[in-house]
Amino acid sequence: MCQVGENYGEPATEESQPAPRPGLDKTPVLDCKEGLPVVVIRAGDAFCSRDCFKAFYTHKFRAMLGKNRLIFPGEKVLLAWSGGPSSSSMVWQVLEGLSQDSAKRLRFVPGVIFVDEGAACGQSPEDRAKTLAEVKLILQTVGFPWYLVALEEVFGLPPAVLRCSAQEPAGTAGAYKAAVDSFLQQQHTPGTEGAEDSPSLAQQQGQLCQPPPQGPMGLQSPTGPPAAAQTEALSRLFHSVKTLTAKEELLQTLRTHLILHVARAHGYSKVMTGESCTRLAIKLMTNLALGRGAFLAWDTGFSDERHGDVVVVRPMRDHTLKEVAFYNHLFAVPSVFTPAIDTKAPEKASIHRLMEAFLLRLQTQFPSTVSTVYRTSEKLAKAPRDSHDTAHSEPRCLLCLCTLDVDGADSATAFGAQTSSHLSQMQPHTALAEAGMHPVPCCPPEVGSAQGCCRGPCERGDPRVCVLEWLCYGCRVNMKDLPSLDSLPPYILAEAQLRRQRAWVLQEVQEYLIADSDGEAETA
Amino acid sequence: MAAPLSVEVEFGGGAELLFDGVKKHQVTLPGQEEPWDIRNLLVWIKKNLLKERPELFIQGDSVRPGILVLINDADWELLGELDYQLQDQDTILFISTLHGG
Repeated sequence: MCQVGENYGEPATEESQPAPRPGLDKTPVLDCKEGLPVVVIRAGDAFCSRDCFKAFYTHKFRAMLGKNRLIFPGEKVLLAWSGGPSSSSMVWQVLEGLSQDSAKRLRFVPGVIFVDEGAACGQSPEDRAKTLAEVKLILQTVGFPWYLVALEEVFGLPPAVLRCSAQEPAGTAGAYKAAVDSFLQQQHTPGTEGAEDSPSLAQQQGQLCQPPPQGPMGLQSPTGPPAAAQTEALSRLFHSVKTLTAKEELLQTLRTHLILHVARAHGYSKVMTGESCTRLAIKLMTNLALGRGAFLAWDTGFSDERHGDVVVVRPMRDHTLKEVAFYNHLFAVPSVFTPAIDTKAPEKASIHRLMEAFLLRLQTQFPSTVSTVYRTSEKLAKAPRDSHDTAHSEPRCLLCLCTLDVDGADSATAFGAQTSSHLSQMQPHTALAEAGMHPVPCCPPEVGSAQGCCRGPCERGDPRVCVLEWLCYGCRVNMKDLPSLDSLPPYILAEAQLRRQRAWVLQEVQEYLIADSDGEAETA
Repeated sequence: MAAPLSVEVEFGGGAELLFDGVKKHQVTLPGQEEPWDIRNLLVWIKKNLLKERPELFIQGDSVRPGILVLINDADWELLGELDYQLQDQDTILFISTLHGG
């Protein structure tokens, strides 16, 4: 496996024998005869010298992109960069991939987004400013268009973020081939073969180095720190969450919505996240424990099409964190350390931490643990998107945007019973509606269509019920740790209300439709 | 009797937070009866460098799972892990790969 990259120079003449560990008889690196062994990659059966580790690492990244054929040439791809090791490594891989010779060059058009989560993690304004300065410095070095977004901006998001676009994500094998061909043709039409290559490269790079058209800040807000009121609201929201588990989930949800919004606003059709194999194995186990088993394939797979028009891709999913850390150290990949929400938290503070500690400890004794869990995630298959109007036919969770896995009439499980009793206690109307009994509207339908009093079963009741009924099982459980849903960003509440209103109208219409067809059946 | 050693101990990936945010420590290990190995070094670090929450860095007699150890830029698994005998001017780097450092 040290032969993965074909051209890493002439083999050196002198053989530098490493002192092999007891039990390490087969050392593939010796075939490579180059440099000193540096890292044991997996289960003690392989270790690589510096150069061939680099070739191996880069090959893995490109193979992951190549074999999945999801990223089309010329496509705009947003790299979600947190400053951490894996996503930094990802950005660097893309940077290197774009500067390689023409045959191997990556052909998509990248942009980078950094979400400043300082307010949620309780960082002081000074620390945040310091982090941002570091971040900007690195972003300028990278030279891709970049978007620096504060998490506070979730308070300005439109409810439309939560709607799944009906647009089918482009991407069948045939379409990919056609796209590559047309891209190559486009490239080859101007100029002659030999001379054409370098100007086009320069042109492309020039284009990449341009600042984004709307300046560095991604959203509508002008440059500068977010409004103090929003920072306040955000930290209040996070302070009110009772458990670290729910905090982490909430943070992840809000971050995803924000990235999604920026991607849509700037025409990016793919988002790359830097989740490593180790991280994904931990995520798989964590999500199982969180009751998100139904969505494992989306949450941990290579591509995640749940948003419709914007596909999340995880190109680092073959790299273990150990490889990433070594690569970043050996090749001086810059990264920014920002304290996360769980920094210095004890091991049992959240399900996430507990799972991490559990898997990593197991990994030290059984070195195949992470890869076994990860391979399992690879085998999970997604239910196909059935029709074009998925967005309309299937309700989606307000927070994770997955298809709702909660059956309204689910009384077979303890949870189903619990939620339905909870809902009916809080809101008699909902229970009635769920049971198929139509409640008497408080005003005639003509009057109460859009703005009238029928709009507000929510307003009269608890917004909690209104939001909860649009959540999947896992998100419902998490929201139990949030005493008041009022502090959620307005777009979530607005969308919940809108959906309830729509469901209301739909039900009304359906009643007439059924009556109609019954009548027809009778006459026929 | 091992002579005193001068080594560089570095922390990264967030592990430095447990050491007052200082990444590089140039330390001199005093001479002692038995030779200095990583096992002893960890005990010494716990006593002399570690500022808070030792359980987040050391578990049992080794580092916490998820913290990588590099000795002179090479994986400690190649060098005998806890039994590696320190040489003068060695660089020992601890990188946390744990979420949140």
